[in-house]
Amino acid sequence: MTTIPDALASPAEGSRTRPAGLAGAVYAALATVRDPELDQPVTTLGFVSSCTVTGEGAAQVRLRLPTYFCAPNFAFLMVADAYDAVTAVPGVQSTEVILDDHFASDAINAGVAARAGFVASFDGEATDELDDLRATFLRKAVLAGTDQVCRPLVDAGLTPAELTALTLGATPVSPELDRLRQRRRDLNLPAHDSSHLLIDPTTGNRIRESSVPLHLRRARLTRTGIDANTSICSGMLRARYQTT
Amino acid sequence: MYEKDGEKYFIVDSHMHYWDATPANWVPGAEQYAKGWIECFHAYQSLGPKETHWPIEKFEGYTEDDLMKDVFEDGHVDIGIFQPTYLKEWYREGFNTTERNAALGEKHPGKFIANTRFDPRDGDVGLVELRRNVERYGSKGVKLYTAEWNNGSRGYKLSDPGCYRFLEEAQKLGIKNIHVHKGPTIWPLDKDAFDVSDVDHAATDFPDLNFIIEHVGLPRIEDFCFMATQEPNVYAGLSVVIGGLMHARPKFFAKVMGELMFWVGEDKMTFGSDYGIWEPKWQVEGFVDWQMPDDDELSDYAKLTTATKKKILGLNAAKLYDIKVPEECQLPADAGTPAAQDDAQLVTGA
Repeated sequence: MTTIPDALASPAEGSRTRPAGLAGAVYAALATVRDPELDQPVTTLGFVSSCTVTGEGAAQVRLRLPTYFCAPNFAFLMVADAYDAVTAVPGVQSTEVILDDHFASDAINAGVAARAGFVASFDGEATDELDDLRATFLRKAVLAGTDQVCRPLVDAGLTPAELTALTLGATPVSPELDRLRQRRRDLNLPAHDSSHLLIDPTTGNRIRESSVPLHLRRARLTRTGIDANTSICSGMLRARYQTT
Repeated sequence: MYEKDGEKYFIVDSHMHYWDATPANWVPGAEQYAKGWIECFHAYQSLGPKETHWPIEKFEGYTEDDLMKDVFEDGHVDIGIFQPTYLKEWYREGFNTTERNAALGEKHPGKFIANTRFDPRDGDVGLVELRRNVERYGSKGVKLYTAEWNNGSRGYKLSDPGCYRFLEEAQKLGIKNIHVHKGPTIWPLDKDAFDVSDVDHAATDFPDLNFIIEHVGLPRIEDFCFMATQEPNVYAGLSVVIGGLMHARPKFFAKVMGELMFWVGEDKMTFGSDYGIWEPKWQVEGFVDWQMPDDDELSDYAKLTTATKKKILGLNAAKLYDIKVPEECQLPADAGTPAAQDDAQLVTGA
């Protein structure tokens, strides 16, 4: 598990209080929005600085990021995903999501509000929407999740032959396994009980026994990379907003 | 030189800066970018020990005296390698130019190596400037910042044909080392700007150049490591790894070091303080004292030997830049073996 400083991990962090009722439902919806690179909810990462809903059902969410120059494509995905998640909450009549303190705030906020898509929001600077980018990082999340699920199994003595034969249904149940399955579903990769635990995150093909050690090495490397990024990002956010 | 427990370490700081980010140097109309950039750097400093943090005013424009004291007097560094970053769209005289660095270097003979840079989008004018800088400053390396903004463009890739033209010219001029720093933007913006596959192509096509990936490709350590295993001329620049993780997140530092030792190997890792983001003193002293913890979770990562640390802190970079190392700091002929050799075969064959 990635360690997030307690204050940043607190659901109330940044928001005035943990909102009840409709605002609570909006906040819960935001918890389904993830930073695509770090594979963590924006609420856990401390990226939600406020979340309010008026009596008329007008929701307003403010987001903040660790630096002024965080990559604009990932920022766009988070703002757009937040917009979609909040809009889908029953009772919300209008949605406004505002990214603060970012070099591309204006383009992102206006583009998401207009449902314009990434290419139109960055006219002339992008050629495609962000689906491929999102898929690339979901594949990394699948690899990192594979390490989380397999590490205890390897420690318990499972051999490459046993691991390559293992199905999702036969793998001990854990939150990490649920998460791995969800990421695989997001990518349309096999995620049934009968699907193999070890698959190539691009092709979905089963990993051969001889390739298991290298596959697990890659999985651990990927998880280490994401964890290191998360720790640097949370440190930067803390320095930027003096959160403790 | 740094001496500890009877061992002498020759220190090459292969990634350091002398910048001017004071408001007087901000381009009118682009102040928000100039300010955003230096504030971002300043936040990185917060990941080091508290007693080494500077107020933003000093951070924007530390002096020559600050640098000489922090890097050489207190910081144990023998040779500092300047890595310029221009950012002229935001900083009028540039953030940290070849000229500014070299002017300081000329006042302190034997202390610095002045690398230069190029930007393929500058075309023929850029080629002329590259030739002039190499002739004038004797640069053996260039620093490339692929996310630099230039005339409405948000960046470039090393594999662009325009960039190959510059790499060919640089090689002809005697440049050996290409330091690559990825950033958050690139054209087109929908692609992952931090992706390192363009370096992979360039490293294959220019086997006689060395590619030092600064910050070990952060935030793409995994892609970097996998590439470095397969490309013999790709190196890991440790700036940010030591500065940003060793103090703030020791457990992740251990894991990242373990992975780098496995995939890249101790012969291809180079220390860089990233001064003025972090002072070298605590990084050098801390790294010499550091060892992979005896923790179950870390048990299959390699321990570091004294020879490993000597290589990383200076001897590897000395080789890349033909720096003469005093006899007392050299390794005995039989010390150390490349850590990643067998694994390179494993991956290539997979």
